[in-house]
Amino acid sequence: MTVRQISVFLENKSGRLLDVTECIGKAGVNIRALCVADTSEFGVVRLIVDDPVKARESLHECGFTVKEAIVIAVEVDDRPGGLAEVLRPLVEQEMNIEYLYCFLEKSADKAIVIIRVDEAEQASGALKSVGYRVIPPEELYAM
Amino acid sequence: MYNPEMEAMGRDELSELQLARLRETVKRCEEMVPFYRKRLREHEISWKDINSLDDVKKLPFTTKEDLRDNYPFGMFAVPVKDIVRIHASSGTTGQPTVVGYTGDDIGNWAELMARSLVAGMADKSDIIQVAYGYGLFTGGLGFHYGVERLGASVIPISGGNTKRQIRIMADLGTTMLCCTPSYALFMAETAEEMGIDFKQLKLKSGIFGAEPWSDRMRDKIERLLNLSAFDIYGLSEVMGPGVSIECVHKHGLHIFEDAFIPEIIDPATGASLAVGQQGELVFTSLTKQGMPLLRYRTRDITSLDDTLCPCGRTHVRMKRVSGRTDDMLIIRGVNVFPSQIESVLMQIEDISPHYQLIVERMAGLDVLEVQVEVSDEMFSDRIKGLEEWQEVIQGEIESYLGLGVKVTLVEPRTIARSEGKAVRVIDNRDL
Repeated sequence: MTVRQISVFLENKSGRLLDVTECIGKAGVNIRALCVADTSEFGVVRLIVDDPVKARESLHECGFTVKEAIVIAVEVDDRPGGLAEVLRPLVEQEMNIEYLYCFLEKSADKAIVIIRVDEAEQASGALKSVGYRVIPPEELYAM
Repeated sequence: MYNPEMEAMGRDELSELQLARLRETVKRCEEMVPFYRKRLREHEISWKDINSLDDVKKLPFTTKEDLRDNYPFGMFAVPVKDIVRIHASSGTTGQPTVVGYTGDDIGNWAELMARSLVAGMADKSDIIQVAYGYGLFTGGLGFHYGVERLGASVIPISGGNTKRQIRIMADLGTTMLCCTPSYALFMAETAEEMGIDFKQLKLKSGIFGAEPWSDRMRDKIERLLNLSAFDIYGLSEVMGPGVSIECVHKHGLHIFEDAFIPEIIDPATGASLAVGQQGELVFTSLTKQGMPLLRYRTRDITSLDDTLCPCGRTHVRMKRVSGRTDDMLIIRGVNVFPSQIESVLMQIEDISPHYQLIVERMAGLDVLEVQVEVSDEMFSDRIKGLEEWQEVIQGEIESYLGLGVKVTLVEPRTIARSEGKAVRVIDNRDL
């Protein structure tokens, strides 16, 4: 069970993140989670949105370089050590985590961790087998 | 003067010598170089038609493309067994141009370099640090042979390893420095970091060239390095460094007219321009055996000045080169054409054809930045993936040009498109 993430290439110059958010805002796309990774010269914005197809199309029309990546979303307890526990089964299976980022769920005492690994399906299975709830895409987009 | 007989020769006598050597050179080209035999026949001219110096204008031009088309040895006027040295420079589309020297050519070159060094205040007692690159580039070995001919002491340190350069300068008491002007400024910075004051060193003068620079930069070099800075000009096709040099009056570079006939032409029409007018500099070699050249178009823009120089040299002077008729850049002594970068980029799959070159002078060193638009194919959500692209592009350009560049990834459609010829180069160097 995997989730589609939209990634956008940005040069490090002022106003570009604003342009991205305005572009998808105008298209009526709502952002669920967002993370920016940057170097001194450029950055990559990663977005989980309610409508990945529409987000991708609108960003393309606005002239951005866009790519979709497959990630997994896992629910973890919002308490000390919660994240460490979720990583253990992945490390034990020697899966290399490219990056991850978290956000808090509005309605529950839970955090959602977005994880990028090369073997997304396998990671999803590994987490489920030790009792984690991997969030299905429809649910995540609608959160 | 190293050779007053030649350097201060009366103009009439010099003209006679030039005419005799010009006839010999054209004869040599006609008889020994199939390319020239054909070209001269096409222009219905023979060495026998050369009866005055003005007749040089009847000769066809030679271009960099001609040298490239005859790569590697097609322009040689002697069998390769008589060539004792080969140098090369980068070409516009990847084909380097090769130049060959006979033993006599190397001797004549050394003589002109010895004259250049003396014009730049050298004598036998000097310790001269040659920090031009040694290798296919003509800078290092050109200076080296000149210093030995003069009988001064040469430190053949070549380029790079700047801290060691400064250390040696201090320990050995170097009195003259020869390198590119931008490297001289970089040395000044490094010395400061090392806590070495140039006022404590024994440098009296420096001969700088192989890249464009200005009088403002000269002032800076003279102030920071505490020496007198001289401009030298040359290009490998014509010989290498030592085609022309400034004397202590520093109002133009004396062209060694016993070895070269300079002309200024209109780069668009090829028409000869009068002394004093600005245009493209053209050389005909007069003594070269291995690779004589008839009216070689340098693409460098300058003008000539034949007024008398108080130094006593009778040879005509050229102004500092003010620009190029093509889009060639000179970065740290390396010739770079935007088309070369383009051909490297085109060979890399998935890369966008849109690029821009930005040249900056940082801490005295020229830095070439290559901006490439990120295509959908290149893009990855992983930072590492993008950095790998930068490394690949950098590596390809470096292995092709022999020059380190900085590659920057930019967003699509951010590099200005223009109708017709795209603006590929932004030169921010404050010369």
